[in-house]
Amino acid sequence: MIAPASDIVVRAEGLVKKFKDFRAVDGLDLTIERGMIYGFLGPNGSGKTTAMRMLTGLLTPTDGTVEVLGLSVPRDAETLKYKIGYMTQTFSLYGDLTVLENLSFMSTIYGLPRKMRQDRIREVMDRYELTDLKDRFAGKMSGGQRQRLALATAVLHEPQLLFLDEPTSAVDPESRRHFWEQLFDLVENGTSIIVTTHFMDEAERCHKIAILESGQKRADGAPKELMAAMGANVVEIEGPNLREIRRHLLGTDGVMAAAQLGARLRVLVKDNIRDPQSFLKEKPETDGATLIEQVRPNLEDVFVTATGEGRQ
Amino acid sequence: MRSLSRVSAIFLKELAQLRRDRMTFGMVIMIPLIQLILFGYAINTNIRDIPVAVVDQSQTALSRILIQMVEATRVVKVTERLSTPEEAEAAIKSARVRAAFVLPEDLSQRIVRSPAVGRGTPPSTDEETSRPVAQWIVDGSDTMIAGAIKSLRSMPLSELNRQAPNRSTPTFEVALFFNPEQRTAINIVPGLVGIILTMTMIMFTSAAIVRERERGNMEMLINTPVRPMELMIGKIIPYIFIGLLQTVIILGLGHLLFNVPFGDKTFDLLIGTLLFIGASLSLGLVLSTIAQSQLQATQMTVFVLLPSILLSGFMFPYEGMPLIAQYIAEAFPATHFMRMVRGFVLRDAGLVDLHRDVLWMCGFFVLGMTIAALRFKKRLD
Repeated sequence: MIAPASDIVVRAEGLVKKFKDFRAVDGLDLTIERGMIYGFLGPNGSGKTTAMRMLTGLLTPTDGTVEVLGLSVPRDAETLKYKIGYMTQTFSLYGDLTVLENLSFMSTIYGLPRKMRQDRIREVMDRYELTDLKDRFAGKMSGGQRQRLALATAVLHEPQLLFLDEPTSAVDPESRRHFWEQLFDLVENGTSIIVTTHFMDEAERCHKIAILESGQKRADGAPKELMAAMGANVVEIEGPNLREIRRHLLGTDGVMAAAQLGARLRVLVKDNIRDPQSFLKEKPETDGATLIEQVRPNLEDVFVTATGEGRQ
Repeated sequence: MRSLSRVSAIFLKELAQLRRDRMTFGMVIMIPLIQLILFGYAINTNIRDIPVAVVDQSQTALSRILIQMVEATRVVKVTERLSTPEEAEAAIKSARVRAAFVLPEDLSQRIVRSPAVGRGTPPSTDEETSRPVAQWIVDGSDTMIAGAIKSLRSMPLSELNRQAPNRSTPTFEVALFFNPEQRTAINIVPGLVGIILTMTMIMFTSAAIVRERERGNMEMLINTPVRPMELMIGKIIPYIFIGLLQTVIILGLGHLLFNVPFGDKTFDLLIGTLLFIGASLSLGLVLSTIAQSQLQATQMTVFVLLPSILLSGFMFPYEGMPLIAQYIAEAFPATHFMRMVRGFVLRDAGLVDLHRDVLWMCGFFVLGMTIAALRFKKRLD
């Protein structure tokens, strides 16, 4: 199914970014539809942030074309900046200004009409629970509070498209959950969101994700689809000597990966093996196992099969 | 319209940050205050009480009177009495004294025949009479000290005969305008405006852009639609007021403490100072776009500050420098401002009289702002 052009917020073809000899992003193609949260999932150094910076015009691509909200980037980057919001990886508002001062500074910088400014600031302060904190210095706030301020600032000018670079790396799980609820509220109101993350649970909340490694896209699609099309089944083994079992299994044909999770060993078995449960039971290494059962795959399994050692 | 409100937003932001930065805010006031008092009192080119040694080999009443007469000039002060010229040389070498006054054994005969005593001029062919009365051995490495002692060279000695010093007619009449009392502070205080403004203005702005980068605000800022020129202008406005405040402190206090005149050219002074502040700020911004850290920005400030102090004519006369150094000095805004501020304050000159410096300063400001805005990239690569 190909979406009509107006419903595409980002279209990138053959995107390359070289830093000297290092290819941070290496031939990336992206098509991102309107009204969804799109995640870039990848380990550190996989090119997530570089890709995002090229989409906003902060970096000039070495090769390839980028079109964001119908504008060619980096040529029309300055026009684009009125239409997008951006939340940086580290807190980048002014620590020595208060919440209100930061918001009013940014509202003016984004050229909001004078009459609208006060209403808009009141609105975002209300929505992101900043009203009581309005005279607090941004530098003296907790990670969660800062993150709410950063989000409030990023959406102040009601951007159509929001870029979030590892937005929750500095906040506690409670704030993280809350933050994602707020993102879904934004999407409900018509904002499209692009987010980078290296948290699986976060990626799982995205409508669609792209798994990046070494600057290349290894897989993309809805998390559910990716799990279904993973090309492997997941079997968990319980019992003694799990480390021993793991070492033996890793060399075995048909086993893509094995990782211990607490008292269980999670084994990815290639899906050309029809009955993965019996396949493992028949192995001499698993004689001592007390339990061998097939379980539902999760995004981490997808990630493991799509990247690194699991990729063939 | 958007541009204007963005500039004012940046200005207000800078002002709020500055107000909360107690240290910087304190420096704005304390730097001119302390340096004015320190330098105003300390720097003095009229040298007095140079420590000297006396080697009195004649040991007569006449020699003692002569030493007293020399001391009475207040140019030198006798701190040591030694018996041989060799000892005197050692004293100079070890920097206990800057010069030695050697009075020979035949002092009395020499004095009697000396023309300085004023008993008419004996025939110059007479070998004996043309001999000087005594000798000064001087540490000549410091030209100012040497110059001061040289001024004693043809000191009249007629008082030795209880005669009034003879009123000799000088070859040239010298009329000293603008600073007839020859007080150093008159020249130093207006110049200090230039030095302090160079230091604070360049220091503050050279850190301005780098600071945003170091604190991580830059990535956010370049993601907004702000234009480089808006950012540059918004950032320098608070410092323009600071510069004017510092000028008022220096000239006002200079007037109170050192009696330095203001001159009547207040308007010209205001415009000239604004131009200099603008030129210094734009130079600071250019440095700020080059520096990678606040430390580097400070180092670059010092790099500009030193020639501004040494070559601008603040300490040493511009005219004394070789031509090439003069050309280099011309590149620094401080050189032009030094001429302007002394002109306005001391010589009652106007902008028209100093139009070349005015034009140069305008050009420097425009060029500086343009380079800074062009160099400021809204990109990370």
